[in-house]
Amino acid sequence: MPMAETQLVLYDEDYRKVLGVCERLARDAHAKGVFVVDKNGQLMAEAGDIRGIDTTSLASLTAGSIAATGGLAKIIGEDEFPIHFHQGQRDNLHMTVVAKRIILVVIFDDRSSLGLVRLRVKKAGGELARLFEEIRKKSERARSGGGSPFSEITDDDIDKLFAD
Amino acid sequence: MSFINYASREINCKVVYYGPGLCGKTTNLQWIYSKTNPELKGKMISLATETERTLFFDFLPLALGQIRGFRTRFHLYTVPGQVFYDASRKLILKGVDGVVFVADSQVERMEANVESLDNLRVNLGEQGYELDKIPYVIQYNKRDLPNAAPLEEMRRMLNPGNVPEFEASATSGKGVFETLKAVAKGVLTDLKRMAR
Repeated sequence: MPMAETQLVLYDEDYRKVLGVCERLARDAHAKGVFVVDKNGQLMAEAGDIRGIDTTSLASLTAGSIAATGGLAKIIGEDEFPIHFHQGQRDNLHMTVVAKRIILVVIFDDRSSLGLVRLRVKKAGGELARLFEEIRKKSERARSGGGSPFSEITDDDIDKLFAD
Repeated sequence: MSFINYASREINCKVVYYGPGLCGKTTNLQWIYSKTNPELKGKMISLATETERTLFFDFLPLALGQIRGFRTRFHLYTVPGQVFYDASRKLILKGVDGVVFVADSQVERMEANVESLDNLRVNLGEQGYELDKIPYVIQYNKRDLPNAAPLEEMRRMLNPGNVPEFEASATSGKGVFETLKAVAKGVLTDLKRMAR
C-alpha cells in the first residue's frame, strides 16, 4: 500500500527562496506570470506582471490537468508526462512537474518563445527541486517535533471557529 | 494533505464529497456557494458534461476564519459519481484531509450507496488512507422525498462505525452546513492530534 502524503509546511525563509526563483524565472524567460502549485492544487508562490486573475482556480485546475494527464500516462506505461504546453491565440501556458510533487506554471506571450521558456524552466526546475526537498524534510521534522501551529491550538479554538 | 503556509499565515485543507451518481454532491457545494459571503469564498468551478453531470470535479474554495492567527481555508471538491468515472475519482482523492459521503436516501439507490462506499474504501486504500482513520462524516441526502428509506436501515447499511451523520435535503439546504461544519471540525481536530 502506498504511503499517504505528509503535510507540507512552508516557512517564511523557504517561501522567500521559492519566490526568488519564480521572480528570476519570470524575468529571464520574459514571462507574464510564473506560479508554483503543489500537486493537490494549492498555490505556493507567484511572480510576474499578471494581475487580477483567479489564482486559486488556476492552481486547482492546473493540479486537475496534471493529475488527469498523469493518469493517461500510466495507461500507456509512462510514469508521468512531465512537460505540458498549451498554445493560445495570445497567451501560452507551460507546465512542468518538478520533483514529482510541484508544478511550475509559466504564462508567456510573443515577447518570449517556447524555446526560451523551456531553457529557463529547466534551470529553475532544478533549483525548485532542491528547495522542495529541503522543505519536505523540514515538514517531516515539524510534524514529528511538534513544530506545527496546531500543536498549540485547543478544542476551544476549533469550537470558536464554528460558533455562529 | 494539509498545507501550512507561514508566509501567508494560512492553513489549507482538502475535503472531498463522495457518493453515487446524482446523490447531491454538486448540490451541496452549490448551496454552500450560494449562502456564503463573497469575501469568504472563491469562484466555484464545475467541470461538467453538457447535461450538467460532473465530468471531473467541482471545486469551491472557502475561508472559515482564523485560528491562532492562521486563516483556515478549505478546498471543497466533489467527485463524478457515475461508476465509469472511477479513474477520475481516484485522482481527486489524492491529498484528501476529510471526506463527506453523501448517500441518496431513495430506496432504489441503496445498492448504489453501498457500492459507492465500497469504492471509496478501495480508492482511499490505493492512496494509502483508511476510511476509518481519516475525518469522515455521512450525509443522508434527499430525506424529503416520499420514497426515502428508513433512517435506521441506512445507518445499518452505511454507518456501522457510527461516524457523525446528518439528515439533509441539499436542494433546500437542510443539513448542508451542519455536514460541512462536522467534517471541517474533524479535519482540524485531526491536524491538532497529529501535531501532538
